[in-house]
Parts: sequence; structure tokens; C-alpha cells
Amino acid sequence: MTTKISSLAAPNWAAQLRKKARWGESAIEASLFAVGILTILITLAITIVLGDQALLFFAEPEVNLQEFFLTTSWQPQIGDFGIWALVSATLTTSAIAILVALPLGLSAAIYLSEYAKPRARAVLKPILETLAGIPTVVYGYFALLFVSPIVRNLVGVEKVGVYNMLSAGLVMGIMILPLIASISEDALSAVPNSLREGAYAMGATKFEVSSQVLVPAALSGIGASVIVGISRAVGETMIVAIASGAGPKFSFNPLDAAETMTGHIARISGGDLPYGTVDYTSLFAIALMLFLVTLILNLISQWIVTKFREQYE
Amino acid sequence: MQPANNTQYAIETRNLSIFYGEFEAVTNVNLQIEKQKITAIIGPSGCGKSTLLRAFNRMNDFVPTSHVRGEILLQGTNLYGKEIDPVEVRRRIGMVFQKPNPFPKSIYENIAWGARINGYKGNMDELVEQSLRAAALWDEVKDKLKQSAYALSGGQQQRLCIARTIAIQPEIILMDEPASALDPIATLKIEELMQELKRNYTIIIVTHNMQQAARVSDYTAMMMLHGDTRSGTVIEYDRTDVIFTRPKDKRTEDYVTGRFG
Repeated sequence: MTTKISSLAAPNWAAQLRKKARWGESAIEASLFAVGILTILITLAITIVLGDQALLFFAEPEVNLQEFFLTTSWQPQIGDFGIWALVSATLTTSAIAILVALPLGLSAAIYLSEYAKPRARAVLKPILETLAGIPTVVYGYFALLFVSPIVRNLVGVEKVGVYNMLSAGLVMGIMILPLIASISEDALSAVPNSLREGAYAMGATKFEVSSQVLVPAALSGIGASVIVGISRAVGETMIVAIASGAGPKFSFNPLDAAETMTGHIARISGGDLPYGTVDYTSLFAIALMLFLVTLILNLISQWIVTKFREQYE
Repeated sequence: MQPANNTQYAIETRNLSIFYGEFEAVTNVNLQIEKQKITAIIGPSGCGKSTLLRAFNRMNDFVPTSHVRGEILLQGTNLYGKEIDPVEVRRRIGMVFQKPNPFPKSIYENIAWGARINGYKGNMDELVEQSLRAAALWDEVKDKLKQSAYALSGGQQQRLCIARTIAIQPEIILMDEPASALDPIATLKIEELMQELKRNYTIIIVTHNMQQAARVSDYTAMMMLHGDTRSGTVIEYDRTDVIFTRPKDKRTEDYVTGRFG
């Protein structure tokens, strides 16, 4: 026995340590790389299609960049292409949505993370997440048939029409509420317990701990929830298409009916739009603008979050 | 009106047992903690030292199933009485934790926050300076009060946590292995600081470091796990020099001489 072991114990170290070909490992790496590249390619393809058609739009004789970015009337029939008529409605409805969703969502997050007993949490969280699963077309009719009549009764039937940005914005806020609540709740729960204990040990009440220690500590996560919420609101189509109004109008007044960028695209592209016309290519220019607005709003919220955080960290 | 105010002890426990659900983690502790002294709680890992310490300021309340039997008397008032508000208890019995846990705020705000929520109306700049001086941190941070507390070293962070505790002027300061995450030099600073603090405050410290207990404390409570019930209790409580030189209990002697634990 011992002789056998000693004979085995004269190893060829160089051979044993040599690189082995691990085909499975290489295959996995290659396929993961391919999937990663694919997502980038798809994004690129979308951008190229948008950009290509948008370029055709801007090349039309009746269109110029200055008019597009600086004027406020969008009436393709008479050659008016002022994007602000659509951007204003997008900004207004999104702003209302965030004003509704941020305070409510953050409060719900604080409740779930700090106040709710495990049993209450186990019931409430799935319900909140169900809210996120409701089809937006249902939200749209909810806005038009339930919220809008209430708004009209409160404000005055003569002052506000059936279609208005306020109802659409409010319901959009309800739609993104679970998103903000869920991401913020994750951020609050991830705050180390030592911070909670430290704050309670100072004789702080639960509300003082939540609002003055945990929320600041979770600010980057809460900021992320707002960014996702804004993107969702800006891109949301069905609710605004149904409830906000069908006609571009430059207005920041929530009581007005006005069409958002997404609402306009949905309405126009639903009709029998001749390929290659100005109307057709204009949709791509609007879509590109939508990209831009989302990007700018994201950059702004990111900037706000970093600025706030610098005070603390 | 309250004869209890004349009691010579800062805080005392009477037949105190602490439970997590059915499990009795600490059994029948009777301690009288002397005013303006440092009392160390020592003992092997898992014997309930921290559980006992956290009972003093009702931090165990955050464990949903925890409850106590017996009493903890602060100047004659049972801290576990039905009418007692735990928030008020914690305001009077401060705590410094094992790992420094400054708030994600500026150095200044770390001190000011606790004072403000507790209704401090005086000059905040003065209070911040006083507290930082009392925690022997002022000279190191006076030029960067607006900077984040996270920019400080671990030892400085721990002294900041002591400073914020002092700022709300508690009766008692609990310390849960306050130096175990620190290097020897930072540890020495904390220990020196404790000697300063005991002029004004009663300190109870949990430590697994027997040398530290011997160096800093005036009184020592030795805790031990009961073999059968897995429940911890205080087996000996005396002046620190007695515990370390002529303990009465054989188990204490074994522990402090390093024969086990």
C-alpha cells in the first residue's frame, strides 16, 4: 500500500497544472455574449429605423428644425409642425402622475417597510402589485368614465370637458404608484438595521426614524423609482389616448384636453396613413422626440438625486 | 414625592428574565448598577450579555416575540411598566453599538439631529461643540463639521456616536462591545474617553475582552450559560478587582484566567 502511494506521489506537476479545455464553459460564455450583443443590436436597430424615417421628415421642404423645436402648433394639414403642442401635454400629464405617485408611493413604501406587521405586509404587498398588473386600457376607461366625471363635478362642468389632462394624469399616477412603492420599499428595507437601531436608541419615534434617517439613507433607490416612474409616465399611451383628448394643443393647463406625443402617434398610426407622406414620417420624428424627453427627464432626476446625496455622503 | 429618587443605584434589575418567544435567553438577573461608575458585563459568546444590555433601553422590543419577566428599575420606576413609553426610556438611556453607525448626514447633523428631535431649544452650535469636545473629537473635526460622517475613520465614527449620545444628556450610556471593531489605538482612545465620561454618566459596557473589562470597569458582572437550559444568567457580580483577583465562583476564575471561553 505505502509503496503504491509513494509511486503515485511522483507527479508530473507541469502536466497536472496545464490549462484544460473547458468546452461547456466556453459555450456558455459565448451564448451569454451573444444574448448581450443581441439586446444592443435591437436597440440600435430601433434607433436607426427611427432616425432614418425622422431624417426623411426633416428633409421635407415644409419642415424645418427651428419650427419643429420652437413653435407650438401641430397641424400637419396646414404644414404646422411645432412639437411643443405635443410635448406640453406629455409633460403636464407626467408631472401630475409623479405628483400623485411619489407622495403616495413613498408613504406606502414607508408603511410596508417600517410599520406593517408581517401579516399585514403579506396581504398588502401582493394587492399593491396587482395594481401594476391591470391593463392600461382598463385604466384609460377608468380615467374617462370614473375620474373625469368626478373632476368635472368638482371643478365645474362648464370649465372642464370630458377629455382632460388632469383625469389622465391622476390615473397615470395610480398606475405608476405600485412601481414607486415597490422600488422604494426595497430601498428602505435594504438600509442596514444598525442605522435603524442607532436612530431608535436616540429616543426617536418611528416616524422620525423613517422620515429623517431611513428616507435620506435610501434616497438613491427612491430616486431610481422616480426615474422609472417618469419613464413609464412619459411613455404611457393607452390612458392618455383614451382620456386626455384627441387633438394637439399647446397647454400646460391640466383642465384642458390635449394630446400627448404617445397619444398622437397611437391615433395617427391607427388610421390609414399613406406610406412616405409627411404625416407618416412625422410620427418617427415624434418618437425620436419621445426618446429625447425621456432621456432628459431621467438625466434631471439623476442630477437631483446626486445633488441631494452629496449633502449626506 | 418620589422616595425612589434617593436610591443609591443608577438602575437595577429585579428577578429579570428575558424571553424570545418560548425560549428563555436570560434568567433571573439581579443587578444594582452604581451611579457614575463603569460596570462591565463579561462572559462567553452567546451567554446573553447583549440581550441583557438591550433590555435596559428596551431595544429588545424590536424583536417581535421578545418579552421580559421581572423588573428593571430606573430610579424606582419599572421600565417595563404598562404606562412606560419606550421612546422616553431610550432618550434617557443612550446606547453605543458594536459597529459605528453614524447617520448618513453631516458630522454636525449627526449631533444636532438627536437633540432636535428631543426638543432641544438652546444654541445648537454650542451643543455640537460641547458634545464633540466631551467625546474628544472636536479638534479632529472642527474644520469639517459640514462634511459627511462617513468620511471619518472607524474610531472617529465611534466617538461621533458617543458624542451624539452625550448630546441628548442621558442618565446612563450602554455600550455594546464599543471597541471590538476598532484598532488598538482607537480602542485606547475610547477607553480613555470612558474614564472622562464616568464623571457625569453611568456606563454599562458589554465586552468579550477581559483585559478591557479589567482596565476600564469599576464593577464586573460575570455571565454564564446554564448547561441544561441554554439560558444565560449572572453568576457573580462584584468590584472588578475582586472578580479578577479573588473570584468566589470557580467558573469565574476559570473564565478570567483564560481556562475556557
